Amino acid sequence: MTDKKPEIAPELKMRLKAGYDRDWRKELRKSVPIKERMKIPRQKMPEREAGERNRDFGEVNRGLDLEAAVREAQRCWDCANPGCVAGCPVSIDIPSFIKLIEKRDLAGSVRKIKETNSLPAICGRVCPQEIQCEALCNLKKATGVPVAIGNLERFISDFDRSEGTVFVPEPGRPTGKKVAVIGAGPAGLTAAGELVKRGHGVTIFEALHIPGGVLVYGIPEFRLPKSILKAEVDYLQKLGVELRLNFVVGKTATLEELKKDGYDAFFIGTGAGLPNFMRIPGENLVGVYSANEYLTRVNLMRAYDFPAYDTPVIRGRRAAVIGGGNVAMDSVRTAKRLGANPAAIIYRRSRREMPAREEEIKHAEEEGIEFHLLTTPIRYLGDENGRVRAMECLKMELGEPDSSGRRKPVPVPGSEFVTEVDLVVVAIGQSPNPLMAQTTPDLRVGKWGNLEVDWKTMGTSMPGVFAGGDIVRGGATVILAMGDGRLAAEEIDHFLRNGHR
Amino acid sequence: MAKILRRERLVPNIHLLEVHAPEVARKSRPGQFVIVMPDERGERIPLTIADWDAKRGTVTSVFMLVGTSTQKLSLLQSGDEIPVYVGPLGRPSEIRNFGTVVCAGGCFGIAAIYPIARALKQAGNRVLTLIDVKASYLFYWEDKLKETSDAVFVSARDKRYNSKEYVPYKLDTLLKDEKTVDRVVAIGCTYLMYACAEATRAAGVKTMVSLNPIMVDGTGMCGACRVTVDGKTKFACVDGPDFDGHAVDWQELFSRRKSYFDDEVKSLCAWERERFS
Ligand SMILES: Cc1cc2nc3c(=O)[nH]c(=O)nc-3n(C[C@H](O)[C@H](O)[C@H](O)COP(=O)(O)OP(=O)(O)OC[C@H]3O[C@@H](n4cnc5c(N)ncnc54)[C@H](O)[C@@H]3O)c2cc1C
Ligand SMILES: Cc1cc2nc3c(=O)[nH]c(=O)nc-3n(C[C@H](O)[C@H](O)[C@H](O)COP(=O)(O)OP(=O)(O)OC[C@H]3O[C@@H](n4cnc5c(N)ncnc54)[C@H](O)[C@@H]3O)c2cc1C
Ligand code: SF4
Ligand code: FES
Repeated sequence: MTDKKPEIAPELKMRLKAGYDRDWRKELRKSVPIKERMKIPRQKMPEREAGERNRDFGEVNRGLDLEAAVREAQRCWDCANPGCVAGCPVSIDIPSFIKLIEKRDLAGSVRKIKETNSLPAICGRVCPQEIQCEALCNLKKATGVPVAIGNLERFISDFDRSEGTVFVPEPGRPTGKKVAVIGAGPAGLTAAGELVKRGHGVTIFEALHIPGGVLVYGIPEFRLPKSILKAEVDYLQKLGVELRLNFVVGKTATLEELKKDGYDAFFIGTGAGLPNFMRIPGENLVGVYSANEYLTRVNLMRAYDFPAYDTPVIRGRRAAVIGGGNVAMDSVRTAKRLGANPAAIIYRRSRREMPAREEEIKHAEEEGIEFHLLTTPIRYLGDENGRVRAMECLKMELGEPDSSGRRKPVPVPGSEFVTEVDLVVVAIGQSPNPLMAQTTPDLRVGKWGNLEVDWKTMGTSMPGVFAGGDIVRGGATVILAMGDGRLAAEEIDHFLRNGHR
Repeated sequence: MAKILRRERLVPNIHLLEVHAPEVARKSRPGQFVIVMPDERGERIPLTIADWDAKRGTVTSVFMLVGTSTQKLSLLQSGDEIPVYVGPLGRPSEIRNFGTVVCAGGCFGIAAIYPIARALKQAGNRVLTLIDVKASYLFYWEDKLKETSDAVFVSARDKRYNSKEYVPYKLDTLLKDEKTVDRVVAIGCTYLMYACAEATRAAGVKTMVSLNPIMVDGTGMCGACRVTVDGKTKFACVDGPDFDGHAVDWQELFSRRKSYFDDEVKSLCAWERERFS
């Protein structure tokens, strides 16, 4: 993302204004004076008790009930210049959907959100709202406490699923064109949905046996229940999207071969699936996992239900997770649930620099996760069977800010110490998956192995081939991947209708 | 999803699995593998592609019974569907005219070496095939191997075949007898491959081994399959499975393959209880 102050495009401004000027909106604004609205406290998200939830994989957040949601919606001022929208990467008309909740027109609110966000049930659960819409909410500027936009988004999508109001839009008139979408993560699923609505034939090719990308193999059940994803994928199939699982593009068939099979355009959304390691001694000992492997075993392969499911996972007694992002939080909370005590985060900077979502850090703390900050491992020690038994760490202190603006950790000389561990999860980031680039020589690749695109169109160096999500951005977010998928779909539509972009 | 065309017991502990998977068949090359999940609750396990027919769209693997997944596979019948059958994965074996090549195989490797021997033969090599079996009744695919080899030597611990020597020792003798061996390719259990690599180390004959670390996705996404080759970490599923046997850290591979020993026993017991009692 750029550091530029987000601005609202003129076209979007007009759309927002049209909603703002509706009579019912004017009346609603008047019905409760601002002063009254400001007296309403931010509605708390009901959560399962920490000591109960840290032993199972049930969802942590329960969701707001209708009355709490309406009260929360009343907190929103319905601003003429809503800051929130500028913070949303897919420009949801936030005041409109919130005011429809206040008006108790829940079906209307669903429709409003879905104009620009096809997967609100997922975004409402995993978006980092505190640095996006909620960070720019005018109420936050005034009082420090923004409207709980994320919780409202989740509320409305839960209503959508429970009431079965899911309206299946008419697919566009068939164009006779075929698009291959490679990768069934949020980027690919979004692109597929948008393309099929425009009347194109869409086939998604996915390497794994369940669609969803990181949403199914990475993010755990307790944060994003699999049933939600399943509902979304069912919906795409209802719209006519064909799903080809267990198909590795580049291996089962290359992009060029698919072209010969009659696909007219491509969207590549293969994600950042290559796990990074630190390259320190002992990293290949048994019991040292990449976060991808650890989470894949537990989530995708359901090792938490071993031996009812066949895939095992090492259930550490003393677990250390290296890193401070969402992936690290998900891993450590998983280890805790599988019985590790202590389950600890080892992070080389301080709490302030941790890139994980605020809610994840808070939940982890409540669940009894230990945090060893300003600490980094330098090697792992094994026993006679090649299993990890301890790790040696180094204390750090914060020095000058680095290129990312965060203060750079520097080692404290002589601060080495050894601590016993029998499970280590390395969660220090992922790189773009190299398979597509290796097997499609015409694709231009950037410094970090990411596919290079024209950001205005998401077009790659090959005509008719578009890309988005983590494969172009490196590890980013669900909503940015979805935004890319949507933009690319528009451009692919344009390409298919005009023969060029 | 892939339909089973044939599942057959070749010898008491080894079965053949032939499925309809036209896309996999179309792209298969010697040395590549598929990832298979025997049922919805199963584990993803790699099996080498032992034969294929692009025209009929069929792919054949041969597996040895060791644990839950392979036991489950052995009970499937033709007509059944396997939920996951994905490939071809890994890099194909290097096939060129090297001169004289020894192809060594044991257990499932007797089948896994077959397409490699065939391709090497087609490329003009003199192919000497060395087979290791614990007992002569565990030998299968003799005819197929004879077709693709200039000579087949079989070592069995009983007397029926030419030699009772463990294959790596036999390899040692062969290196002395033959004026030139330009390359050795070994597939089978880890110990056999290790011993073959050790047997050729002194003579410096390039020995390629098809490593069999534990895998999950088979596409380079998880790192379960890390092996150390030449001091560097490699992902066997995408960088291999073939590596230079003289550069492999064998000790690490042995211990990583035992990561889940207790769990594997537990899994098999649980499955047997559910299935048979
Ligand atoms: C544990 C974890 C927690 C996270 N938590 C959050 C969070 O709370 N909030 C947030 O916004 N973001 C979070 N992220 C980041 C977010 O999940 C990603 O940015 C997002 O999923 C990227 O979407 P994508 O569609 O680009 O790729 P992915 O989700 O990675 O999907 C790519 C898909 O392509 C498939 N594929 C790859 N190669 C091929 C091929 N050759 N042929 C066929 N298929 C292929 C893969 O199997 C995969 O299914 C988290 C990430 C992880 C790992
Ligand atoms: C590239 C490759 C090709 C292979 N080709 C063949 C083949 O053609 N025929 C054949 O019989 N075997 C082959 N194997 C080995 C085969 O995958 C294992 O024997 C099988 O996974 C055992 O599963 P199980 O559940 O029956 O046994 P388990 O009881 O689970 O395990 C028995 C042993 O097999 C190994 N193993 C377990 N799970 C896996 C896994 N997910 N991936 C890899 N190894 C595992 C472990 O070392 C374990 O100790 C190959 C392995 C690799 C990596
Ligand atoms: S900025 Fe905040 S108060 Fe204003 S419309 Fe957006 S959510 Fe409501
Ligand atoms: S099996 Fe997952 S990276 Fe090789």
